[in-house]
Amino acid sequence: MDKHYDVIIFGAGPAGLTAGIYLGRARAKTLILDTATVGGQTVLSYSVANYPGVEETSGREISQTMLRQAKSFGCEVRPYARIAEVELAGPEKAVTLENGSRFTFQVAVVATGGVPRKLGLESEEAFVSKGISFCATCDGDFFSDRPIAIIGGGNSALEEAIALSAFASHITIIHEFDHFQAEPWIVEEVRANPKMEFLMEQDIREFEGGGSLERVITKHKRTGEITVTPVDGCFIFIGYVANSSLVEGSVTLNDRGEIVTDEELRTNLPGVFAAGDVRAKRYRQITTAVADGTVAAMAALETLRGLER
Amino acid sequence: MLQTGLNHIESQPDFESLVRDNEKVMLCCGRMGPMCLPVYDIMESLGEDYANVAFRDMDFDGPASSIVRRLPHVRDFFSLPFTIYYNNGEVVHATSGIQTHQQVTESLDRAFGTAS
Repeated sequence: MDKHYDVIIFGAGPAGLTAGIYLGRARAKTLILDTATVGGQTVLSYSVANYPGVEETSGREISQTMLRQAKSFGCEVRPYARIAEVELAGPEKAVTLENGSRFTFQVAVVATGGVPRKLGLESEEAFVSKGISFCATCDGDFFSDRPIAIIGGGNSALEEAIALSAFASHITIIHEFDHFQAEPWIVEEVRANPKMEFLMEQDIREFEGGGSLERVITKHKRTGEITVTPVDGCFIFIGYVANSSLVEGSVTLNDRGEIVTDEELRTNLPGVFAAGDVRAKRYRQITTAVADGTVAAMAALETLRGLER
Repeated sequence: MLQTGLNHIESQPDFESLVRDNEKVMLCCGRMGPMCLPVYDIMESLGEDYANVAFRDMDFDGPASSIVRRLPHVRDFFSLPFTIYYNNGEVVHATSGIQTHQQVTESLDRAFGTAS
């Protein structure tokens, strides 16, 4: 027999957990489903120092606190859910898990977050964790006194380059444009660092090596010149992509795959809201995700009240 | 010192009794870092489905970690955690870096057969 909820939230990151706190506290019967662990990308942060009211904490700690708050208000949370099918179009919505469990609900909040953007090369996948990394803080010390490359030219890429210069013997920053998009002060700091070398206007062609990564092959966008950069490691920081595959084909997405919402975070489907990094917006922080979760929950409650009338 | 809900392997004798007393072992060697924590969480969640597997963790910066660090299987690993699957004391599979729930269950099934 199906189990019924007022609201199902997809995603247990800061946006989803915040929505769960507000909805649970308002006594809406709420379930949060996540295909992975609780916390989303937040758990990947060693230190969170810009969350107002908290001097400094870890991403995991702040996520666990939000989880405890949501549960304390009666919100159910299921991490590692294997979702087989989601039906969002009608007034009675449903989600079916791979184990056959089926839940019906009236309102959905899609808060499935984002994932690090990858280049999409087969050789990139082959060397993930064998030289290719997406987390400087986690893996930086494996590359002490070794040459590495960093791919990207935004704030994250250059800030991580500065952090990694404490370990690596030499850093080649590889970027697709002829200029960096990072803040000028970061660019200045990177350019002043004697360990840094720059390869601009490059297409990444291939990662090569034996058991682990040994070189990056790039091609100049204008001249076609091929460059072989010998490295032991390569860190890729080229942004994030919205994790919107769950609603692809049913909810309106923009050309970057992000869910389009109005000011109250409604999508094109009645009773379906989107919050956090999965929706189209400019700034992506824990604080903006929390704000989204709040707005989506309050708008969802208004929708529920409308359905009761 | 790892702060997880898993039992820890902290010494060579700990490890020896682990593989002596358990046919199937999943050992995750890492830190309290962002790529390691999700793997510990996943291991904790799998205890019921894989009741025949002993799930343990080990501090990458602790003295016992040399047991894992010197394995030839991890020579090309550059991301924590290092996760090792032992069957009858022999390494049958190893992974490096953060893993999803699906990747972990695929590794368990590959190493030991399907869930109990």
